[in-house]
Amino acid sequence: MAYSFPDEVLEHVFSFIQSDKDRNAVSLVCKSWYEIERWCRRKVFIGNCYAVSPRMVIRRFPEVRSIELKGKPHFADFNLEIRLKRMVVTDESLELIAKSFKNFKVLVLFSCEGFSTDGLAAIAASCKNLRELDLRESEVDDLSGHWLAHFPETCTSLVSLNISCLGSDEVSFSALERLVGRCPNLRSLRLNRAVTLDKIANILRRAPQLVDFGTGNYAAELQPDVFSNLAGAFSSCKELKSLSGFWDVVPAYLPALYSICPRLTSLNLSYATIQSPDLIKLVSHCPRLQRLLVLDYVEDSGLEELASSCKDLQELRVFPSDPFGAEPNVSLTEQGLVAVSLGCPKLQSVLYFCRRMSNAALVTIAQNCPNLTRFRLCIIEPKTPDYLTLEPLDAGFGAIVEHCKDLRRLSLSGLLTDHVFEYIGTYGKKLEMLSVAFAGDSDLGLHHVLSGCESLRKLEIRDCPFGDKALLANAAKLETMRSLWMSSCAVSFGACQLLGQKMPKLNVEVIDETEPPDSRPESYPVDKLYIYRSVAGPRFDMPPFVWTMDEAVKILHGSFA
Amino acid sequence: VLSKGEVVSEACSYPAESELELGLGLSIGGATGKTKPATATSSWGECGRILTAKDFPSVVSHRTKNGGPSVSVSGIKRAAESVSHEGGSPTGVSGSSQVVGWPPIRAYRMNSLVNQAKSQRADEGDSGIGEKDKPKDALKKKLNYNGNKISSTTTVNEKGHLGFVKVNMDGIPIGRKVDLNAHSCYQSLAQALEDMFLRSTNSVGVEKEQLTKASKLLDGSSEFVLTYEDKEGDWMLVGDVPWRMFVSSVRRLRIMRTSEANGLGIHKKSMANHSCFSFSVSESCYSFVAAPRFHDSNERQRSKPI
Repeated sequence: MAYSFPDEVLEHVFSFIQSDKDRNAVSLVCKSWYEIERWCRRKVFIGNCYAVSPRMVIRRFPEVRSIELKGKPHFADFNLEIRLKRMVVTDESLELIAKSFKNFKVLVLFSCEGFSTDGLAAIAASCKNLRELDLRESEVDDLSGHWLAHFPETCTSLVSLNISCLGSDEVSFSALERLVGRCPNLRSLRLNRAVTLDKIANILRRAPQLVDFGTGNYAAELQPDVFSNLAGAFSSCKELKSLSGFWDVVPAYLPALYSICPRLTSLNLSYATIQSPDLIKLVSHCPRLQRLLVLDYVEDSGLEELASSCKDLQELRVFPSDPFGAEPNVSLTEQGLVAVSLGCPKLQSVLYFCRRMSNAALVTIAQNCPNLTRFRLCIIEPKTPDYLTLEPLDAGFGAIVEHCKDLRRLSLSGLLTDHVFEYIGTYGKKLEMLSVAFAGDSDLGLHHVLSGCESLRKLEIRDCPFGDKALLANAAKLETMRSLWMSSCAVSFGACQLLGQKMPKLNVEVIDETEPPDSRPESYPVDKLYIYRSVAGPRFDMPPFVWTMDEAVKILHGSFA
Repeated sequence: VLSKGEVVSEACSYPAESELELGLGLSIGGATGKTKPATATSSWGECGRILTAKDFPSVVSHRTKNGGPSVSVSGIKRAAESVSHEGGSPTGVSGSSQVVGWPPIRAYRMNSLVNQAKSQRADEGDSGIGEKDKPKDALKKKLNYNGNKISSTTTVNEKGHLGFVKVNMDGIPIGRKVDLNAHSCYQSLAQALEDMFLRSTNSVGVEKEQLTKASKLLDGSSEFVLTYEDKEGDWMLVGDVPWRMFVSSVRRLRIMRTSEANGLGIHKKSMANHSCFSFSVSESCYSFVAAPRFHDSNERQRSKPI
């Protein structure tokens, strides 16, 4: 009966389907649906930029308008929206975008590097309709704050501007103020550290419609007029729901936020070196908080307060203030996380750095929070056992995967044997991403994961005694995943070569910064291994310490040896 | 299905083994004819993850019962004497700080931690808390090179991986990173950089001619010089100042063609003190007068996308 619908009707129906997964499913129904769908797909997400070539993407989706890419790039010829994560981007590329795409709207460079404020100046100057410029956590060569002045006076289209990663002490503040003032649709503004506390009030008064704000430096000598000016400016932002920034905090200025705290749903204090009492005071004013990022200065006591004040909490991230210290510098233990799991029934996403853990705590957490979708635990010292029983933490993590049926992302740490992987393989049916370090006893561990986790897309492993057997026995599984990363494991060079030869749809890349892998016997383990599926064949833009295992390329390398 | 209680070793059988289409024969056995014998020091464990293994052995190699080498993890507490950087007190350093990339914290966050720690230390001894919005110059004056300030900044550098700086070499598109904490003098740094940039025998992405030219460094000719950008954004010749001072002020490194190194900032009297260098300095290329800020238009040849 699908035949009786004209294409336009189907296309209209498809236009309501935004999720990539659903779109992909639609395209598999039949040939005509495939055709209709591909002509009307506007947004494409490519999880690994080497998995498919730009030409293929354009050929299939000629009307695409928005691209989200992860991985290392060829620079792709797309217009209007580009979102890149963990890529090297040069000024030349930015200048090319600026020159070629005058209607460019969205540029998100998440955790990228390789460019400077010169490239940003080009973007600012040329992209007249720029809506979003987001440089979150990128490493930018901040040559001068002057690039902000390159936004023409006619630019009023900005909706989102995130320059929090820019490191220099200079910022062209007047240019920034004017820019903010003339963009009435600005919803999200994240400043960098160079912007001092006394300047915040001026900025906020020009943009009272902000929903998300990142302060710069939040430190100054306490002066009553500065304080009241700041407090007044914050209170005039009736839509403000999300705060971040807070480098160098002077706690005496935190009460300036109290007027907006009741509305706050997201608070990122993960750079704020404030102690637990001040954190407790602040958090207790935020009953609607859904998302909290904080340093371990919050301590167990702060987390207990969080658990009693913030019943809507969905996401918690606790970062270490002193990750390399030998002794704990704060009183943050598994107790804090247990308290939150008890008090916050909506908890879904956890990232927690701590120094000790027990199976009992993990079991409690699992039972309290069956809705967890992301659980990342980093016990700082590798191979730390249950501090109460000195046993491995297999049972604890086993409880997590067993009780949290929707768990999509899991990071393990602590002392772990092959048993934990058996639990994961048995229960982790929805698991999409797994990170493993210093764990397991043998290939059996890896085998459990590869054979049991049906939804697995990304697997990253370091310093585990996993070798050739499990990998080769589950080679076909690798084609169903986006990628596998293994470093400091026991996979031999010979096995890598074998995989590369036998699995044409996989790119098998061996990375060794000390010497070429073929200068040692084939049974020698490789340093790092990155395997990903690709229909684009091997890439050729690798640095010299990366080797592709491929039948043809092997010969090529062989001639240089 | 394997039972939980089974002792697992490399030799145990998997249910899948009989269906293994791929076969493992290729990977077991001797090297093919084209490989050269591994050098004595290149045993898997010691190469490890840190490029200059000499000062910083972080991985101990063990042989498994099957005879193949395998990596044992470095959660081991290290011998105190193996830490060689300045001002360090190696006792009590835990295993986790010896492992590269662990705990898993993004570089961006690590840099923030460093910057915060540094600015906090810079403000130590000042009157008034929270005077963090001083003008740039005043802050710089505090970080002048007297003994106290140096040791406070190197204390920061002590901490694990906060001592990584970027290194680029002219003509090589891909930059690298080197851990300054792993060195205690210019000589070992220079050696490490030579290993990093010149020893790689696979020439994909690098001009072969380039490598040949560069390798003359080992002979002491002056094709390239090692330079660094300091906190003030000036490019200086490495070897210029005492090591500690260098470590506390270096932002990044560049192995520069000697021909482009004209006008580098350099202190006249320290020219005589570069004997610990492997990279040699061609005197004719430098003016001894304090030079204006090196214009880094050459920096435009950045890393290409990788």
